[in-house]
Amino acid sequence: MTDAQTNDPHGMTRRQLLRHTAWFGSAVVLTVVGGEVISQIGNSNAAAPVPAANDAPALRFVQISDSHIGFNGPANMMVEQTFAEAIDMINALPYRPAFVMHTGDLTHLSTPDQFDQVKQMMSELKTSEVHTVPGEHDGVDDKGAKYRQFFGKGTQGAGWYSWDMAGVHFISLVNTLGLESMGHLGTDQLEWLRKDVAHLSSDTSIVVFSHIPLFAMYAKWGWSTDDSVQALSYLKRFASVTCLNGHVHQLFTKTEGNVTFFSATTTAYPLPKPGDGPAPTPVTLPAGKLHSALGVREVNYVKGNERLALKDVRLT
Amino acid sequence: MPDSASAPAGAPVAASSVTIKSFAFSPASITVKVGTTVTWTNQDQDAHTVTDKGGAFGSQALNTGASFKFTFTKPGTYNYLCTIHPFMTATVVVTQ
Repeated sequence: MTDAQTNDPHGMTRRQLLRHTAWFGSAVVLTVVGGEVISQIGNSNAAAPVPAANDAPALRFVQISDSHIGFNGPANMMVEQTFAEAIDMINALPYRPAFVMHTGDLTHLSTPDQFDQVKQMMSELKTSEVHTVPGEHDGVDDKGAKYRQFFGKGTQGAGWYSWDMAGVHFISLVNTLGLESMGHLGTDQLEWLRKDVAHLSSDTSIVVFSHIPLFAMYAKWGWSTDDSVQALSYLKRFASVTCLNGHVHQLFTKTEGNVTFFSATTTAYPLPKPGDGPAPTPVTLPAGKLHSALGVREVNYVKGNERLALKDVRLT
Repeated sequence: MPDSASAPAGAPVAASSVTIKSFAFSPASITVKVGTTVTWTNQDQDAHTVTDKGGAFGSQALNTGASFKFTFTKPGTYNYLCTIHPFMTATVVVTQ
């Protein structure tokens, strides 16, 4: 029930699917109410991007992930173009998101040119703030030094930071820069996190961003964080904790107690489902199918309802 | 699934070139004489690195078809990995 891979448009004919346009197409709406995840297929007649909310959202933001600027393989020969398409989709929203969060693997090879290119592209986003966390592709040979030159302003340690907006406490964690274990947060960051949330009241809504999942999605491929249990122990007292990650290039969700995890898809290329094959090798889809595996995520927060509404929208 | 040419642990292969394919170094363990230049070539679609855990050598990210060379001047056992995919590990044994 909580498996967000229900991005498959159940019950729709191919003709219906094709008729749908960008925003109300094959989206899955994941509504979190009191810790319970409810998913439904987006309706082409929907009047608003995220339905079922009578109250005006206190906050709307967008998550994008895994643009892999610089990748050039059969799985996607035009990652710059598909990333530009994602930016165009965000800029075409009927509202201006409070911020756009890129959850890592901005670049493919961590070169200065790639960092410069992705930063310039994101400067085109029509939003007040652009946030990022680094992926392992962003710290390939320097433990994230170049990443922090481009995106590290105002951050601490390896690039972690937090901020408050509309009553929500947002936390950006770095779990991609450990040499021999990944994901890994490390003792310095864990201590920072403990202190960061210590002063918050327990009814504060918490949203945590990281590149690699904070849950064990598939440890064999590095799709987990080996010390996330410690991090999550600091968040146990909060009523609502939402963890949003990238890295796995596919939609997935899981709820553990007060915490709900959502993996986002990519704007670059799909990866296999966990354990499907010997390695997380980029998947080359049949011609014309790539865009259906790529997308962006809208997130609405309605104050007082303890509700985060997520809408994952395919690139078209 | 591609055939893996990984050597069993404790049985390094005499070789000076290593292929990176299907998220594995192959052969996974090689032995060379001091002064040998070893070449790693990435044949995967994804990028990889060749990074010594002890810091003796380290490549940048190797895109598809890219190579990295390192000349070993000191004997010893070098355990290395890919920083992007740390589950990819391998060894170079350098002898006099």
